[in-house]
Amino acid sequence: MATKPTHAILQTYAYAFLLYLLLPLVIMCGAAFNDSRFPTILPWNGFTWRWFQELYNDATIWQATLNTGMVAIAVVVLSVPIGTAGAILVNSLKGRSRTLLYATMIAPILTPGAVIGISTLLFWYKFNAPAGLQISVLAQTSFIAAYVMLMVLARLQSFDGALEEAALDLGASHSQMLRRILLPHLYPAIAAGAVLAFFQSVENFNATQFTRGASTTLTVYVGSKVRTGITPSICALAAIMISITIVGAIIYEVIRRNNLAKAEALQAQ
Amino acid sequence: MSELFRRYGSGLTYTAIALTAFWLLVLVIFPYAGLFEQSFRPYLPVTEINGPNDHYYIDNYLKLFSNSQDMTFGIGSLDVTIPIPIHLWVFFITIVYSSLATLIVFAICYPIAYCLAKVLKPSLLPTYLLLLVIPLWVSELMRSFSWYIILSLKGPLTIVLQTLGIITDPIHWTWGMNGYSGIMVGLVYTYILFMLFPMYNAMTSLDSNQIEAAEDLGAGIFRKHWRVILPHCKPGIASGCVTVFMLSASSLLVPNLLASPKSRWFTEVIQQWMFETHDWNAGAAYAFILLFTCTLFVTVMMRVFKVGFADIAK
Repeated sequence: MATKPTHAILQTYAYAFLLYLLLPLVIMCGAAFNDSRFPTILPWNGFTWRWFQELYNDATIWQATLNTGMVAIAVVVLSVPIGTAGAILVNSLKGRSRTLLYATMIAPILTPGAVIGISTLLFWYKFNAPAGLQISVLAQTSFIAAYVMLMVLARLQSFDGALEEAALDLGASHSQMLRRILLPHLYPAIAAGAVLAFFQSVENFNATQFTRGASTTLTVYVGSKVRTGITPSICALAAIMISITIVGAIIYEVIRRNNLAKAEALQAQ
Repeated sequence: MSELFRRYGSGLTYTAIALTAFWLLVLVIFPYAGLFEQSFRPYLPVTEINGPNDHYYIDNYLKLFSNSQDMTFGIGSLDVTIPIPIHLWVFFITIVYSSLATLIVFAICYPIAYCLAKVLKPSLLPTYLLLLVIPLWVSELMRSFSWYIILSLKGPLTIVLQTLGIITDPIHWTWGMNGYSGIMVGLVYTYILFMLFPMYNAMTSLDSNQIEAAEDLGAGIFRKHWRVILPHCKPGIASGCVTVFMLSASSLLVPNLLASPKSRWFTEVIQQWMFETHDWNAGAAYAFILLFTCTLFVTVMMRVFKVGFADIAK
């Protein structure tokens, strides 16, 4: 295909778009090192580690980080088996019942976080379970399990059911078949689902905000700090979170591509 | 079902069913039903709950129409003042600006998705996509916070423009568009990738030969896109629009971080009911209104684009 002038314009636009997406993040990280009382990179008052020290000395941040970690782990522990079971169930159904079950499972993804949060809060309150992080875990699980379900379901579609038949015919028990045949095939999707669930939980604001009670998570703490005044130490936190994210995203992508390459190599054989 | 029992045995099958039932009933359906039920109940002191005053009514929903405030609109040189219920107005504004954000995001993304799927050199694509994935994995909070920094009164944007001699005095960037310009910038930036990825996926599945055939048969740029590419991308577009609209209308972080003295968002009203007035039943009613609006939007999108629910929720 010959290069057309419109293509050159489109490509320039695509690069400008990339710049538009990345530049704000760079500015935010840069502000973490600026020796200024306000979170900004201009005017540049010189390089400092001061905001990282201030962040390190903030006891609330440490408590919030601990809370965030515990909530995220609980969400992973709940949503991975639930999502996997849901995927296996929906995959075994056909026709109307499949559509209905699938739609119900997807509904939480399309539901506003505030609605998830409030409905979960009100529901458990009736059973004398007051607001708190354990309610946040339940609220988050209700839609994060759907993400896991989607990833496992996609993986199930490439699964050859005849393998299960063969295992059963050769005398494997049901649980042996699950452990030796089905789960090994699903592990990449389950692992990816667990990583996604963890990150989704960490970054969740809306559902957590309505269910957390007096406890706080990192995202909620930072989000609510706008009202009380933001210092550049928030930028330092942002810089740390973005570094973790970049490392995480790269690892995730490398694994995903390796799996893709493996799958293609298998198909080529 | 019987197939399931044969394959996995009763123990495993019942476990799978129990887990799914716990999820869909205890975490989803019962709470949603409870929200709906409670939104029709009066807000009473604990002692009066289940008492004679505890009955169903729709006052919680009518609260949307109470508390009117005079508002002045300029129509030409004429100023018209009409009383409008504040909450209804905030609701209306939220929907209008969320739709506008969805439209802007679509307009920005369409050429990018086309470029990525059909124009950009395939060798460059993996790197480009990896760089796109980074802002997606950086949380919603950080994405909107970055614009909080950029748009602050004496922030980087003001200083750059001052240095270039384009403006002299600092500008309140978030005060434009009746006080919603900051929120719009934030919504577009924060949720744009939720439009780009479904659209890009839809476009890659289009055979390039079809585009070339349209070109060979004499279709101009407009016809090529309108008749060949757009129809093929409908599921991706619908999916992107639904996600961006839902996230925008229900956003708490963006209206919070990029607010102006004049801006109010519907989720902030809900928050007010829950945490300031402590009237959870009114909060439930307002949350249900938000849920209903988003469901309506999904339905309309499915009709307009003639796609199924499964296509939207991929």
